[in-house]
Amino acid sequence: MEAAHGLSELSKQVVGFIYPNEIEIHWSILIVVYPYITGLVAGAFILASLVKVFNVKELQPTYRLALLTALAFLLIAPLPLQLHLGQPTRSYEMFLTPNLASAMAMFGFVYLWYLMLVLLLEIWFEYRRDMVVWSREETGLRKWLHKVLSLFSTDISEKAVAFDQKTVKIITIIGIPSAFLLHGYVGFIFGSIKANPWWSSVMMPIVFLFSAIVSGIAIVMLLYMIIIPLRGAKIDMKCLDKIASFLFYAVIVDFSIEVLDFIHRLYESEESIKILSQLVDTKLFMSLVVLQVLLGMLLPLGIMIVIKIFRLHEELRKLLYFVSAVLIQLGIFSTRWNVVIGGQLFSKSFRGLTTYKLELTGIEGFLMALALLIIPFIVLAILIKILPPWKKEELAGQ
Amino acid sequence: MDRRDFLKNLGLCIFSGGIIGGLSADAWAKLIHKDYDPAKHYYGMGIDIDKCIGCGRCMQACKTENDVPIAPFYFRTWVERYVIRTDHSVSVNTINMGVDEPSDLFIERDVLRSFFVPKLCNQCDHPPCVQVCPVGATFKTDDGVILVDSKRCIGCRYCIQACPYGARFLHPQTRVADKCTFCYHRLVRGMLPACVEVCPKQARVFGDTKSFASPLGRFVRMNKIHVLKPYLNTEPKVYYANLDGEVN
Repeated sequence: MEAAHGLSELSKQVVGFIYPNEIEIHWSILIVVYPYITGLVAGAFILASLVKVFNVKELQPTYRLALLTALAFLLIAPLPLQLHLGQPTRSYEMFLTPNLASAMAMFGFVYLWYLMLVLLLEIWFEYRRDMVVWSREETGLRKWLHKVLSLFSTDISEKAVAFDQKTVKIITIIGIPSAFLLHGYVGFIFGSIKANPWWSSVMMPIVFLFSAIVSGIAIVMLLYMIIIPLRGAKIDMKCLDKIASFLFYAVIVDFSIEVLDFIHRLYESEESIKILSQLVDTKLFMSLVVLQVLLGMLLPLGIMIVIKIFRLHEELRKLLYFVSAVLIQLGIFSTRWNVVIGGQLFSKSFRGLTTYKLELTGIEGFLMALALLIIPFIVLAILIKILPPWKKEELAGQ
Repeated sequence: MDRRDFLKNLGLCIFSGGIIGGLSADAWAKLIHKDYDPAKHYYGMGIDIDKCIGCGRCMQACKTENDVPIAPFYFRTWVERYVIRTDHSVSVNTINMGVDEPSDLFIERDVLRSFFVPKLCNQCDHPPCVQVCPVGATFKTDDGVILVDSKRCIGCRYCIQACPYGARFLHPQTRVADKCTFCYHRLVRGMLPACVEVCPKQARVFGDTKSFASPLGRFVRMNKIHVLKPYLNTEPKVYYANLDGEVN
């Protein structure tokens, strides 16, 4: 038996005592990818909502991009879950006979609510006028594509467009708590497991939420900085400074919450503190202390403080923003890793640590995880092709 | 569609949902012998730590009886050995896992106390695994046993994460969650769980928690009883006598 052979290799690396069934890490890299992706969805949506609900005009150039980013990632979000199931062909059971007491059973409903009622509707109303216009100007396949996507609507009178805009605003207002629900809920899946002291925390949904906002804002910032120059247009620095400013505050809030959680655990010093300290000192040192905290949080914070204090030149600012956003992505991915994998590396007997070996190939391997992280960008590229976020004159004007 | 039709269809949907929802119960019903009435029982197990000699026959019997993979990472029941030294440091290992520390590692005069702890699913009365299962594949029977419907389990492993006792595993062949059933297929025929039957020291006692006269009733009357991780409010139905405070 191949699985058993792999596990006996692992058993040599166990430190201390673990329950014998605990040698296998049950939630692997795919379950790290899942909350990372839903976090990007929620965060990107929150950034978009800043434009519509809070009237942050500077962010307008990223509004549609943020919506499409959220959609691209949301479409792929269930894939890692599906692939990870022991019996993937039975996943429909979660819709047919959900156990209402189970946090996980709500996934389908939260997901569908967010996809159907929030994102798709908002994007449709936002693009409706443009789709009608495009379908009139274009020929061939694109004409029909936009015709179908606009559901054959033709009315672009001022009244109709005003209605669209009002609807978008209402959907966004519903969308903000929905985005909170989507990712806070993912945090709850972990936070409600009382058997696991690394997960079991009322802070978990909140930590998930703010890290989601951080990662979502950062990904839209990155995409904006990459796509705009690729299209030969100029980056709107006002917009970029504003995003960076929101990113800065989001990181501060996220960092404060995580520090609070950390201090709280340390101060309460419950039964699990010894094994958790050992976990952080050894198995998670690289991914938590170095990647998540130092490189993923403190360094970008430092960079952004420097940008705020010294009035740096535009080109240097761009470079530093870019570096910060990349570091933040790395940090948030490490956060997900530390929660999901970290929570399974110690024994529930609190007497030992096990180990996780990431395979290169296979369904739960590194390449699969990488593919799942790349696919949303391909989806996004297609979405941008079908529903261009910027008008030509906008790009020319910037 | 008028309102009457709509209501009729809605009723049909709910009804068919009920049928699908009843499948877990059906899988269970198939197990039950015609002369057996689950409502008349409520099972639990008693384990006397002082009686266990760590022979591991219970583990072998369990694997044979329930077709549990032989590899030492899949256990429905297992036995832990605790050695507490005079400096109060504790060593624990699972017996017969092939990673046993050689016994001469412990110099006798350094050992404060040592004992074996048989472990299995605690068949919690307030089971976290049942709560988290998204499809209701893990369920509690009328006679108090937690079972997994292997035809319905989707293999998401949330139950494995939620079990505080490490009692569950993903079966490498069936790819669904697996755990101790108190040998439910034997119970419904009036037999004892395999581990209880083979224990040469009668360290494991099985019976009805409600019955005063059952072996278990007597066990909980005659001993000071403790359960594992009581602070998690899982209300285990595996009762330990002479359990050391170091065990968790």
